[in-house]
Amino acid sequence: MALISAKEAEELLQKVLALSKSDELEATLQGGRTAWTRFGVNSASTSGDTEDLSLVVNSHFGQRSGVATTNTLDPQGMERVVRAAEEIARLRPEDPEQMPFIGKQKYEGTGNAFDEATHMAGADVRARGIAATIEPARAKNLVAAGLYDNRGGFTAIANTRGNFGYTRSSLASFTTTVRTADGTGSGWGSAMSHRIADINAQAVGARAVEKAELSKNPVAIEPGNYTVILEPNAVGDLVSFMLFFFDARQADEGRSFLSKQGGGNRVGEKFFGDQVNLYTDPNYAAGPGDVFDNEGLPNTRLDFVRAGVVKTMNYSRFWARKQDKQPTPGPANLIMDGGTSSIEDMIKSTERGILVTRLWYIRLVDPQTVLLTGLTRDGTFLIEKGRLKSAIKNFRFNETPVKMLNNIEMMSPSVRITGSERVGEQLPVLAPALKVRDFAFTSLSDAV
Amino acid sequence: MKDLADVALNAAKAKGASYADIRISRFLNQFVVTREQRVQNVTNTETFGFGVRVLVDGAWGFAASSRLEKEEIARVAERAVSVARANKTIQKTPITLVPVERYPDAKYNTPVKQDPFTVSLSEKADYLLKVNDAATKVKGAPGPMFVNSIMFFTKEEKYFASTEGSYIEQTLIRSWPSFTVTSVNTKTGRFEQRNSLGTPVGKGYEVVAEYDLLGEAPRAAEQAIQKHTAKPVEPGYKDLVLHPTHLWLTVHESVGHPTELDRVLGFEANYAGTSFATREKLGKFQYGSKIVNIKADKTQANGLATCGWDDEGVKTTEWDIIRDGVLVGYQTVRDNAAVIGLERSNGASYADSWRSVQFQRMPNVSLQPAKGNQKISADDLIADVKDGVYIEGDGSFSIDQQRYNFQFGGQVFWEIKNGKKVGLLRDVAYQSRTPDFWNACDGLGSREFYMLGGSYFDGKGEPGQINAVSHGCPPARFRRINVINTGRKI
Repeated sequence: MALISAKEAEELLQKVLALSKSDELEATLQGGRTAWTRFGVNSASTSGDTEDLSLVVNSHFGQRSGVATTNTLDPQGMERVVRAAEEIARLRPEDPEQMPFIGKQKYEGTGNAFDEATHMAGADVRARGIAATIEPARAKNLVAAGLYDNRGGFTAIANTRGNFGYTRSSLASFTTTVRTADGTGSGWGSAMSHRIADINAQAVGARAVEKAELSKNPVAIEPGNYTVILEPNAVGDLVSFMLFFFDARQADEGRSFLSKQGGGNRVGEKFFGDQVNLYTDPNYAAGPGDVFDNEGLPNTRLDFVRAGVVKTMNYSRFWARKQDKQPTPGPANLIMDGGTSSIEDMIKSTERGILVTRLWYIRLVDPQTVLLTGLTRDGTFLIEKGRLKSAIKNFRFNETPVKMLNNIEMMSPSVRITGSERVGEQLPVLAPALKVRDFAFTSLSDAV
Repeated sequence: MKDLADVALNAAKAKGASYADIRISRFLNQFVVTREQRVQNVTNTETFGFGVRVLVDGAWGFAASSRLEKEEIARVAERAVSVARANKTIQKTPITLVPVERYPDAKYNTPVKQDPFTVSLSEKADYLLKVNDAATKVKGAPGPMFVNSIMFFTKEEKYFASTEGSYIEQTLIRSWPSFTVTSVNTKTGRFEQRNSLGTPVGKGYEVVAEYDLLGEAPRAAEQAIQKHTAKPVEPGYKDLVLHPTHLWLTVHESVGHPTELDRVLGFEANYAGTSFATREKLGKFQYGSKIVNIKADKTQANGLATCGWDDEGVKTTEWDIIRDGVLVGYQTVRDNAAVIGLERSNGASYADSWRSVQFQRMPNVSLQPAKGNQKISADDLIADVKDGVYIEGDGSFSIDQQRYNFQFGGQVFWEIKNGKKVGLLRDVAYQSRTPDFWNACDGLGSREFYMLGGSYFDGKGEPGQINAVSHGCPPARFRRINVINTGRKI
């Protein structure tokens, strides 16, 4: 089904605004289609095609607010949700930090992140892509599992201060894990884009097959600190995890790795290596983002780190006012600039090191240092004298991205990643492969 | 409702489905979020719709919509059939289902004393602000104190019908009050946190009084302050005594997930992973020591995963996963039970929304207390430890894709020396390998000290879904586990 247009969304939201009895009201309408086909053990498992349309209403009475949501969008449903938000607002205490809704904004179009073909693609398209992985895997006595999904959606926002915005996006992704029949080898391939035409399922499958065969019968080597080559999916996982802690208020209150001893934050300090640039840019062609954020602020390019120096953090509208700063929208995506080396160049230049295909189950161990733990997965290899020597058993790491970003030796160009646990799905993440010295692996895992 | 359900089932059958089910569901959430003396956010969410699942020529198809009208229901059922048919070329192994009994008029409601959605917002907000006040007024802090507190309630109203002839109506309620205290030492630039120890549970608003956050908050604030000067742990192999508020998560990750049959068979290989607990190990593998008994139970009182029937109409039950240390059971649903030749599913199917397709999700999985009538507390277990750590509360958690290697943190770490707790430690985590860990278990608390922990957010599947699940356990002791120091400088 075609997406609701900007005009249709605006008409519906105006009906919601007209129901308001509060001082001010903001309504957000979101909807779209999600479709997927899943496979395991070289055969289809579940598949589906779903649609939804939901409404979020935020009512203000003075310094009180209430939020209610519904997806029942007949006149009675709309009335009910507006009254529910107002009731919540009336019953709760005042919030001195509550900000008024934003006024009318100027948005540049409806964004570059939507592709009609991606939104509309059917189960037959996905089945063909999956067949292009399953068939070669079966032919080599390998076992494939994975997901091919596509979706399209929109967000429209309107408030009683005269603002209205409409943004839309689409996403297609294909990921596959291919394992050897004896369970001693496992490989992974992935592609994610807002355009389904960018998904080359055959190439993704071929990569997973190659990694599965290369990773057979891994040998154990001692845990310790190693030079590592992290493929883009691994880098994107670690860097995006850290960027979620770039919050100015947390830092100013002394509860962030970006807090300064004695008070304040570390904006302006050189915190990472010279090569490190981290930013968001809604118009970045390889991973465009939405036009505005969840409060309606227009998304813009914003540098978090430039040449290793912390340039800004995320400022909420309240904290920006209190600290006399500009509020920061979004972010719309997360981008780490890359370099010009290839992964092959990195391998050739490495006397002894480890190549990591991707990471898994990454969790925060200590917010003080952004110490993260997790494991390597689906293709971990020992490099000696500039060549891949053997597949090795997976490692658990305990490492902080802050140290990693101070130990960079080489970088590849940046690409859109498909991180573990679907990192990069809601918010596009772009990252390079990195060659990094002194990365801490703390124990071995028997998992393949 | 039955009329509407039949529209879907008849439409699916007319288009060639050999099996069909429909779930018509309303999901309600409520969040009350505060920090210090502010109510930051109060939100009620509601989502309503239906999902139709069909089996056509051995392939699954699913479609969902939020418009519950007869024409739309028929259209969605037909779309589900067309999705299934599109998979014909990649359905290398036809899906079959084990039998299920027919339940023509079944009902189940979570037994609660007080529905949390009927309690006023002001009562909830007032309570949380009192909790925050109790924490922030604790004396001795080296700098600012912050408190975030939340009440989070959920309600699922769902109607299930299938071509097997079942029509089942259920309402499930879950509740979770919680807080986090943060103590900042501006001079040193360090901050320390302590979360409340209670986890979500399948109860009503009565849990707010039972958890007594108001009583816990000052103790938590004191412990956050004490962590600034706590001794960094000396790494090495030590004995661990784990409180139920901590151990539930280790049970979840190292026993709950590896014994999911879909993982064992390879259907989750691309996301959550597979499992070391492979089929040839069933009935033979010494998963843990002989005192370790672990049950799956979707009927357990107050369990988050507890219900009357699962999301494909199978009556819920309990069964053994580990008996006397040996792996003896898996969690199953109707399609994967057929793959390994079982006669019936043990009812572990769940979908987190009307627009999500149901698949295998974890039931409550619980470590049984010590057998016999002797009363055994955590202190009794500690009394037999020379050099160890006693851990309360869940913290950081990570485990590999076959569930061997794990690492867990916690909230409160006590150093044990010569049978006594001697003071707080900091920067503690432990790493182990699942069978090594459970075989190192040599002490269990008794039933008087058994508690339920759990999570609202157990993630699995693609597209990703969450599942609410509880894990009961007594305090337990594990010998010679690798304890690491997580302190770093940047």
